[in-house]
Amino acid sequence: MTAAAPHTGPELAKVPLGPPAPASARRGGLHRLLPRFLPLAPALVLLLLFLAGPIAYCVFIAFTDLQLTGQAEESFIGLENFRRAFADDEFLDAVWLTLVFTVVSALVGQNTLGLALAALMQRASRPVRTLTGGIVVTAWVLPEVVAGFLLYAFFRREGTLNAVLDWLHLPTQNWLFTLPILAVSFANVWRGTAFSMLVYSAALDEIPREITEAAEVDGAGGWRRMWHITLPMIRRSIGTTLMLNTLQTLSVFGLIWVMTRGGPGGRSQTLPLFMYEQAFQNSLIGYGTAVALLLLLVGALFSAVYMRLLRTEV
Amino acid sequence: MPLPLPHRARPLASRRAARRLAADAGLLVVALAFVLPLAWVVLSALDPHAGLRVKAPDGLTLEHFDAVLTDEITFTPLLNSLLLCGGATALTVVCAALAAYPLSRFRSRLNRPFLLTILFATSLPITAIMVPVYALFVQVDLIDTRQGTIFFFAASQLPFAIWLMKNFMDGVPRELEEAAWTDGASTLQSLVRIVLPLMGPGVAVVTVFSFVMMWGNFFVPFMLLLSPDLMPASVSINDFFGNRGMVAYGQLAAFSIVYSTPVILLYVLIARRLGGGFALGGAVKG
Repeated sequence: MTAAAPHTGPELAKVPLGPPAPASARRGGLHRLLPRFLPLAPALVLLLLFLAGPIAYCVFIAFTDLQLTGQAEESFIGLENFRRAFADDEFLDAVWLTLVFTVVSALVGQNTLGLALAALMQRASRPVRTLTGGIVVTAWVLPEVVAGFLLYAFFRREGTLNAVLDWLHLPTQNWLFTLPILAVSFANVWRGTAFSMLVYSAALDEIPREITEAAEVDGAGGWRRMWHITLPMIRRSIGTTLMLNTLQTLSVFGLIWVMTRGGPGGRSQTLPLFMYEQAFQNSLIGYGTAVALLLLLVGALFSAVYMRLLRTEV
Repeated sequence: MPLPLPHRARPLASRRAARRLAADAGLLVVALAFVLPLAWVVLSALDPHAGLRVKAPDGLTLEHFDAVLTDEITFTPLLNSLLLCGGATALTVVCAALAAYPLSRFRSRLNRPFLLTILFATSLPITAIMVPVYALFVQVDLIDTRQGTIFFFAASQLPFAIWLMKNFMDGVPRELEEAAWTDGASTLQSLVRIVLPLMGPGVAVVTVFSFVMMWGNFFVPFMLLLSPDLMPASVSINDFFGNRGMVAYGQLAAFSIVYSTPVILLYVLIARRLGGGFALGGAVKG
């Protein structure tokens, strides 16, 4: 807070009444601001040491060849880690898989299913609404690793999904082996849809009844009402939900780790798992961090877009 | 069968009833798909011959719970989880309440940039910085310590906690405080005696949300802790695979239930209190 510029005359009038400052400090300026903003200090210290610090350190070691063991001093190697990444097929595969995972599970799965559930809930009877909401939210509240185990059991060759398919006389397969990225994407849909559902339910509740009823009397069918009235009215919620789903999905680690360990043969290895493997299995902390930095930059980009969407609220 | 009436001529009421039926059917299909994995965990925990698929149990038993409810398998990891998440939640809530007060009550030209930074930080993928955090913790000797993990947990949860807390605090009218200020109350006194008691539900949301997020977090303790006797339940659950040879699915299911129950109860508690669907989703509405 030391950078606070002193308040000048006209602005002082706008400062709301606060607890009395010591008489000597009445003049304003730092003496006045410091005690007021002192309560920020603990949070600020924690954030600087444990969040800003690691991010700065991340930027630093991404440009070094730091390794896990047996190295006296890391040395600065410039953009070597990044050059290496973009020439590394495994890295490019991980980027591709992350893209598939994000699009399938966050953009399409969680978002669309969440919206569909919220829309159906507006019309459904109360007991069904409560039951479905309870089940979907339970999936969301469960710890990540537990969700991973439940879906591991669900998708295994001997698991529930194949039992159901068998019962329906549909072909079964070993999902975690043939289509691991799809299995983990569905797992993420199962786990994450509740968030979209809750946000969309809140947004739909805010649409005045008269508007939908007027459209209904005018004979607009369900789909047309959805497309021309509902969606435009909740577009801000759609924007924020898409952003938050994407950001959350970009950093999924535990779910995939428990279900497939990124395998088989790296076919469900998204960027967080790739980063972990490089840093710890291959002991290349510098390289792993360079990948982490790229992930962080993509996250920062989405975060910035998200803030633009919210900008009226600050 | 009589011909159906043209769409528009059908009375509104019967159209509504039909639509409700269709909506109910749609929801039930989704509910069924979502409930299958949940049914597996409940049935397997009670089934003496639990396997990987949902099936009617061959009789009911509590033997799996009996087998996992030991110090080594359940109580120590749960106690570790409680110490980590409880400590970090307390730290988060105290720091967030303190930080939110000046941000909500006093105006300064730094408020807006600070809040924007906080908002920006809420959505950064924390997963991405775990490798550098690990490297940093090795250098400053915080690796494999409870306090180090608590500090990091608190710091990673703080941006969102400050953001939520500030928004809840903005909803508390300032008249009462102004009276207290004229009586000479300090910032801390008015925060603790007046503002926080008036925003009980808000503080509860921040507390429960932080706790639930940390309780379920796997990656942070997985990276920052090394000794098995410090591991929280989110990491120790993996021991059911690998280390103990054949996977005992019944025990895994029983442990999953024991480990998940606290967060489900907390969520129910807070969702009730705030009236149904709102809870955590509405708190970050767009």
